[in-house]
Amino acid sequence: MKTIYVDNNATTRVAPEVLDVMLPYLKEFYGNPSSMHSFGGNVAHKIREARAKVASLINASPDEIMFTSCGTESDNTAIHAAISSVPDKKHIITSRVEHPAVKNLFEHLSKKGYRVTFVPVDRKGMLDLDYLYNSLTDDTAIVSIMWANNETGMIFPVQELSQVIKTKGLVFHTDAVQAVGKLPIDVSKSEIDMLSISGHKIHAPKGIGALYVRKGTRFSPFLIGGHQEGGRRGGTENVAYIIGIGKASELAATHLEEMATRVEKLRDKLENELLKRIPNAMINGDTENRLPNTTSISFEYVEGESILLMMDELGICASSGSACTSGSLEPSHVLRAMGVPFTAAHGSIRFSLGIYSTEEEIDFIVEKLPPIIENLRTMSPFWK
Amino acid sequence: MWEYTEKVKDHFLNPRNVGVIENADGVGEVGSLACGDALKLTLKIDGDKRISDAKFQTFGCASAIASSSALTEMIKGITIDEAEKITNNDIAEYLGGLPKEKMHCSVLGRDALEKAIANYRGEPEKRVDGEIVCECFGVTDLEIQRAVKENHLKTIEDVTDYVKAGGGCESCHDKILEIIESVMGTPATEKTRPSGMTNIQKIRLIEETLEREINPELKKDGGGIEFIDFADNTVFVKLRGTCSTCSASQVTLKHYVETRIKELVSPELMVEEVKQ
Repeated sequence: MKTIYVDNNATTRVAPEVLDVMLPYLKEFYGNPSSMHSFGGNVAHKIREARAKVASLINASPDEIMFTSCGTESDNTAIHAAISSVPDKKHIITSRVEHPAVKNLFEHLSKKGYRVTFVPVDRKGMLDLDYLYNSLTDDTAIVSIMWANNETGMIFPVQELSQVIKTKGLVFHTDAVQAVGKLPIDVSKSEIDMLSISGHKIHAPKGIGALYVRKGTRFSPFLIGGHQEGGRRGGTENVAYIIGIGKASELAATHLEEMATRVEKLRDKLENELLKRIPNAMINGDTENRLPNTTSISFEYVEGESILLMMDELGICASSGSACTSGSLEPSHVLRAMGVPFTAAHGSIRFSLGIYSTEEEIDFIVEKLPPIIENLRTMSPFWK
Repeated sequence: MWEYTEKVKDHFLNPRNVGVIENADGVGEVGSLACGDALKLTLKIDGDKRISDAKFQTFGCASAIASSSALTEMIKGITIDEAEKITNNDIAEYLGGLPKEKMHCSVLGRDALEKAIANYRGEPEKRVDGEIVCECFGVTDLEIQRAVKENHLKTIEDVTDYVKAGGGCESCHDKILEIIESVMGTPATEKTRPSGMTNIQKIRLIEETLEREINPELKKDGGGIEFIDFADNTVFVKLRGTCSTCSASQVTLKHYVETRIKELVSPELMVEEVKQ
């Protein structure tokens, strides 16, 4: 059975070009980049190259990029760095729709004595900016707002936000894990202090991430150890993976246009065709300010896990915001924060396309999903 | 991904006895859209109290559908006295087991069966007995006691897996622990008290009230109101249109909106504006 992968916001396949450049550093070139000999020094050179490539993707300078093990580590590092550099400040701000890497950390900090403001979103998933601006105080240690939401694809105006926050002299971090590689990003046009990147969302392997730290941002390391990463993160470098995320960043830059054109068209086709063929279906979130690859669609009166498993029988891989898929009993906090009614939240499916998505795959989903929904609805006591 | 047995997968992908029996002798409906699973069971019962046919309709995940399908297979052809002895564990066992977190799906089946039999016997529709412990999912102390007793549950997580209680805001965890301790220690005392609404019921009623009663009134003056959130008996709203700039909006909010909400939903509710 062919795998039809439309779950690229969960993870992406490793690009063959990425794997090719990594392999030599898992085999013959095993030197430690910190060594004095040239066998190690050559590896250090490759890491410098990779750092420059990641920097170039977001128009930063290479020494503003540090490598981490994943997006979650980048988020944790940024937030801890910000709050520990201003220990007297006890207020932190984030949104109600963050990824658990930020959301759960903020909840953890609220138990440690921090006052947390969770900025709400409206029915379309857009951030309440006035609420956010009114929450800013001199006691605020950090504002952390994601660039784009993983479930709905909503894009938040982080550039504008960062400029307002800068005028108040406060620190701004953005979890840009879903935005990098899908949208053009230029940190030089913003006042973002820190920005998180994840490798496996842009066709590098799992286990590598990066954090942009603007020059002059106060920083204290999360992992204390050797002098690596300019003293900002101890630990011998994950060489092959760093080279991998470097190559992936280079590729991502060349794919941005395709994302905004071909991939977006495919997403629109998928969405339009499904809405046309399936009654009582609706898009979650605003269709204007949205990632080009993502759509979250709710099918009323059916449950998401059932839809996913029936699609799985046909090789279609997607995600759901339903309670039953998460191991918790409540539907996604993102959809709940948006006020999506329970009738629809339980039956939400997220499709996230990628540069490897093809028209044939979209046609296949468009053909196969309507009968699945119909079948489940005939089983549902709520369907007339 | 859940680890479902082949039998669960089979009953999910090829469910038996889907549908509704016309002029059924017993009907049992449990669950709700809000809770994420619901089951409607209809039974045809012969003169000798034998279940000659059973059909189901289920909204829910794979294991909810499989549990319903399994239940109908288990009860067809047996008497209602025999059917009455079926426990949620029997349903799970029939399916070769369910993931622990999915045991509540088997409880859903057992509850629907009980209701259908009571309905056949002409017993009045039982209100939820006991006192609501878990507001998020509307689970009472008696339901939790029963699940603990029948399935020898030892932890809060166990209780959540079987009856969902404690799976939401977690504020009832202490009460659940007390119930577990009391059941494990001395036999729990039976008590019956009509319950209030669950949070989910309240949310739905609030939404309805805002849409049908309040918004049409505000619209007459070019205003409007949006439901944002509900927590701790407080309804968070946002004012729209002329209301958002009107200096008398606080008066509208407290004297009109809150009064109507108290009247139409529940007297303990408060209304607060989400600050712009």
